[in-house]
Amino acid sequence: MTLRLLQSIGILTLACLVAPITATAQTQAAQAKTNTAKRPYTPPRTPDGQPDIQGFWTNSTYTPLERPKNVDKEFYTPEEYAAVVKRAAANETEQTTPGTTADVHYDFTQFGLDRSQSTMTRNLRTSLIVNPENGRLPPLTEEGKKRAAEQAEQAKKVGRWDSAEANQLDDRCLIMGGSGPPMLNTAYNANYQIVQAPGYVMILTEMIHDVRIIPLDGRALPNRNVRQWIGFSRGRWDGNTLVVETTNLNGKNPLEGSSENMKVTERFTRVDKDNIQYSFTVDDPSTWSRAWTAELPLRTTEGPLFEHACHEGNYGLYNTLVGARLEEKKAAEAAAGGGKDTAERKPAK
Amino acid sequence: MRGQPVGWRTWKSLLLVGTLITPTIMAAQAPAYRAPRTADGKPNLNGIWQAMTSAYWDVEPHAAGPSLVRELGAIAAVPGGLGVVDGGQIPYRPEALARRNENRAKRLTLDPEIKCYLPGVPRATYMPFPFQIIQSQKYVMFLHEYAVAVRTVYMDKHTEPPADSWMGWSNGHWEGETLVIDTTGFNDMTWFDRAGNFHSDQLHVVERISARSPETLNYEATIEDPQVFTKPWKISMPLYRHVEPDARILEFRCVEFVEDLIYGNLRKQPKP
Repeated sequence: MTLRLLQSIGILTLACLVAPITATAQTQAAQAKTNTAKRPYTPPRTPDGQPDIQGFWTNSTYTPLERPKNVDKEFYTPEEYAAVVKRAAANETEQTTPGTTADVHYDFTQFGLDRSQSTMTRNLRTSLIVNPENGRLPPLTEEGKKRAAEQAEQAKKVGRWDSAEANQLDDRCLIMGGSGPPMLNTAYNANYQIVQAPGYVMILTEMIHDVRIIPLDGRALPNRNVRQWIGFSRGRWDGNTLVVETTNLNGKNPLEGSSENMKVTERFTRVDKDNIQYSFTVDDPSTWSRAWTAELPLRTTEGPLFEHACHEGNYGLYNTLVGARLEEKKAAEAAAGGGKDTAERKPAK
Repeated sequence: MRGQPVGWRTWKSLLLVGTLITPTIMAAQAPAYRAPRTADGKPNLNGIWQAMTSAYWDVEPHAAGPSLVRELGAIAAVPGGLGVVDGGQIPYRPEALARRNENRAKRLTLDPEIKCYLPGVPRATYMPFPFQIIQSQKYVMFLHEYAVAVRTVYMDKHTEPPADSWMGWSNGHWEGETLVIDTTGFNDMTWFDRAGNFHSDQLHVVERISARSPETLNYEATIEDPQVFTKPWKISMPLYRHVEPDARILEFRCVEFVEDLIYGNLRKQPKP
């Protein structure tokens, strides 16, 4: 298992390449609304009286955060959706084409969402972003543009394989997109376990066994100098909806270029036995001209979660660094050797 | 026997019975205190807990000692400890003891904690970090500050470990006041402390946890591993509740802190 999980290091990178091509899933929004209209669903209660959202969940989906540029509507028809899924799945499979680099490492028919081991949510939405209505991130503020430009400039100076720290956060097993907040779908293993106890909701993310312990007692935020990768979350029940506000992020895991001033407000509503409507609003005046909101349903999946000891077996990071240094050495030798050859040949002329 | 006074006989049989049922007595003793109940009627162990012991340096009795890193002076010097192992010493097989001593000699490079690896069980319990118990009907979660280590204890459905792992596979049940956790499915890569005490993948840990007062728990773990030890042995210690009203598990995402140590020699440019 470990080996397999570890092969995953770097797979997210590939997944990122896949993501823009992807499209959709999810009917929940629409379905949920219909269901609610018909017969309001009342979630069961935990022994201490909280609406019960416990269980194993997945937010696995092909729906991209932003609406693809060639799509100009909010929902696909079921036929279009099927076509989009088929195309995305084909794209994943293509990566295992014999003779390609990807094929050496990964079998997407095992890892990908198409024939994945886990359930996939289904939604006809063309983007996770529901507000702005065009399904795309709002315009950057001047400050946001300046920061993006500076970061792009900085990135040019550093090669991805120059050091461990220059690698992507998921390759380093530091934090992954599923951890949140907000909790975004990962390309595989997009699984969560929710457990509730008096005064707390705990969310365990399968990827890198990341944990959020959300207190419900309305306590004050820690001093703003105490900042964390996952920030500090505080939750409260608004009827059957769990509302979680997070601030004090350290800004080292930016979401689409966000700053450490980002505030994330998440809403979890169990709309029927098998579905949680999850939405989040991102408010970051240092980056975007307005707040934006996305919806990403959670659907029940079969447990349990397994231990994803990512860092402990991070052969991927080690090997890529070794490989990069070896390539450099070979290149340097070739350059030196080439020079030598020339020098030797010259006198022969 | 006939010639012996009755008192001696009684004493001897008590001793014998005592030896046989010591674990039961130990478990039964603490619950003289009856824990508050959860809404579903179980002893309520929810809370943020921490051991107050130097067992994380060495579970066996040990005197104070110098830091492994000269520059850290007294900051990282080892505090002494009276030990948490019943009887003081771990019953190693001879060849295993040699390995332990080698581990100890090379602990600055071999201790998995130095690399921010998952701590395993029971080490996670008495590291110098708090952990939180989130207790529901089906699962009891152990959420450790160190390395965001997590352990799920399955209370309702007991299954065999699906594969070996760092934190093992835990099945739990209630025996009156006591949460009993049976954990197997370990790999052989975790240690018990910073002193090189180790186990194989045959490790089997049975923990017994009960409340001893509103703010303390009794914790004991019986450790069995026929490849490494001649017989099962036991550790025990109290755990203390963090009573600060704003107590919470903070993030100790230590991967970031060890990257230069692990991968620093593979940098393109030496660190400025």
